[in-house]
Amino acid sequence: MTVKPTMIEFRDVQKYYGDYHALRGINASIRAGEFFSLLGPSGCGKTTLLRTIAGFEGISSGAVLIDGKDAAQIPANKRPTNMVFQSYAIFPHLTVEENVGFGLRRAGLDKAEMGRRVGDALAMVGLTGFGKRAAHALSGGQRQRVALARALILKPKVLLLDEPLSALDKKMREQMQMELIKLQRQVGITFILVTHDQEEALVMSDRIAVMFEGRIAQLDDPETLYRRPKTRQVADFIGTMNFLPATVLSDTPDGCEVEVAGLGRCRIAADQAPPGGNGEETTVGFRPETLTILYDGQAAAARETPGTVEEVVYYGDMTYYDVKLDGVRAAVRLSMRNVPGRPVLDIGTRARVAWSPDALVLFR
Amino acid sequence: MRGGWFKVYALVYLVFLYAPIILLPMFAFNDATVIAFPLSGFSTKWFAALVDDPPLHDAVRNSLIIAVTTAILSTTLAVFAARASTRYRFPGKAGLMGLIMLPLVLPEIIVAVSLLSILLMARIELSILTVILGHVLICTPFCIAILSSAFQSLDRSLEEAAYDLGETPFSTFRLIILPLVMPGIISSLLISFTISLDEFIIAFFLAGTEATLPVYIFSQFRFPQAVPVIMALGTILVCLSILLLSIAEFFRRRGLARSGAKDTGGFL
Repeated sequence: MTVKPTMIEFRDVQKYYGDYHALRGINASIRAGEFFSLLGPSGCGKTTLLRTIAGFEGISSGAVLIDGKDAAQIPANKRPTNMVFQSYAIFPHLTVEENVGFGLRRAGLDKAEMGRRVGDALAMVGLTGFGKRAAHALSGGQRQRVALARALILKPKVLLLDEPLSALDKKMREQMQMELIKLQRQVGITFILVTHDQEEALVMSDRIAVMFEGRIAQLDDPETLYRRPKTRQVADFIGTMNFLPATVLSDTPDGCEVEVAGLGRCRIAADQAPPGGNGEETTVGFRPETLTILYDGQAAAARETPGTVEEVVYYGDMTYYDVKLDGVRAAVRLSMRNVPGRPVLDIGTRARVAWSPDALVLFR
Repeated sequence: MRGGWFKVYALVYLVFLYAPIILLPMFAFNDATVIAFPLSGFSTKWFAALVDDPPLHDAVRNSLIIAVTTAILSTTLAVFAARASTRYRFPGKAGLMGLIMLPLVLPEIIVAVSLLSILLMARIELSILTVILGHVLICTPFCIAILSSAFQSLDRSLEEAAYDLGETPFSTFRLIILPLVMPGIISSLLISFTISLDEFIIAFFLAGTEATLPVYIFSQFRFPQAVPVIMALGTILVCLSILLLSIAEFFRRRGLARSGAKDTGGFL
């Protein structure tokens, strides 16, 4: 796979609102044609960062480069970026087609060409035939599509999406996620999505920057982010992660020997254990789906530890168990697919829990 | 029967409010000079008398000039103030807006007396202009109240969206902001026009020799034979006021319908 050229570059971007330090040294590159997400809790600076690309927010120091050019020299209305706003910002006094064609006003197109381009844009978002409707008479999902068509009609180099799906209900949101992914592949331009929904970011993105308190905590593809979060904070924010205290016994270039509470002694591969000192008190994390309850006659592929079922949450396709491993104070959560031959266990049942050192991640 | 008493109360209230206004057209079309029942017969002669009354025409002309100018000036000033107060944050904003809105609750007689003393001190001759000055002062807060709610209901990202799509700040104002607050501007114009048109105290103090319509009407009450004529004039004014306020309300509702916002009760 060839590395695509850089479309957006942040160079030590700092932003202050008075005394409030909103962006604290952002360094990142976003590649051309990439579906990139800025993920984080509210107030982490993700929307501010997006707005510095659009040009709605200035920066206090550092630089934002768009396609190699310093963005500070380009006013917002001249940037090769277009935005889909959280509120959609559909112009309520205009029709759907006037909204979608708004950006073409200055292109000096004749009526026929204008109509054709607007028609194409509407077709792209599945709103053919809606052109004459009044904008305020649309449903949430339709407004979303109008906002997309309006932003894409200028063929921007970068499409900025500020929590575009947060106002939609769950079904609609999932449908729009798939449509956005398809749309991005179809038009091939860089999409930058701001979201606080980790699942949405994992589903849609090529790469994700997880932000906390004005900093990027980790920038990786979804799988790496999920399987090898670099900090406890990231691990906690993305999906569910169990944490157990652990002591580092020896640290070598090819891995780490640790003593984990309840699980015992095991070896963690170097790429899942950042280097550090021996004898250090640390934390080990693992995902619920990496643990398995063993039924009668089953043997563990790697290791097993006994425990007691403390809580059972039945989800239909899955059952979540909170299991108190012997010798550990807090229960760990594990998830099991409900397949034939695996009855749902009762609270209080003694169980054997299989786990593998491969699934453990060490946090310093 | 709680509902029953409420109905009686509401009815009495409405009679108290509107009976005097209903009396206006009754006596305006009555044959007799004396304002008393029983009515003596139908006549349009009092309306005819209005046509042949040059001082009245002067007063109407003065009032119209004052009201139109006041409406335009105070609405223009209010557009700037409302935009600034809803869009920008600056030190001392709350205090400043409070001071601008103060004339809303200040007794008009105080405004009139203080303006008159200042004008006399500055040796400025009383005229239509000085009345306009006073009226702009009392109308601007009303206009700001109307326009603030119009500007407030504007989503900030609408402006950003237009700017993002290549428009300049000025064309964004013209293409997006202005059309969306236009219903507010129209009702502001109409309401300040109405306030100015029937304002008496300030006009009485500051008009000098250029009487406005309310001042002229008041002066005519000294002559009993002029009273039915005033009734006729009053009838016309009531009809015009209802018409103007209906137009204002129409534009307010159309604005709501256009932006799809919920009706939270009008200014009126």
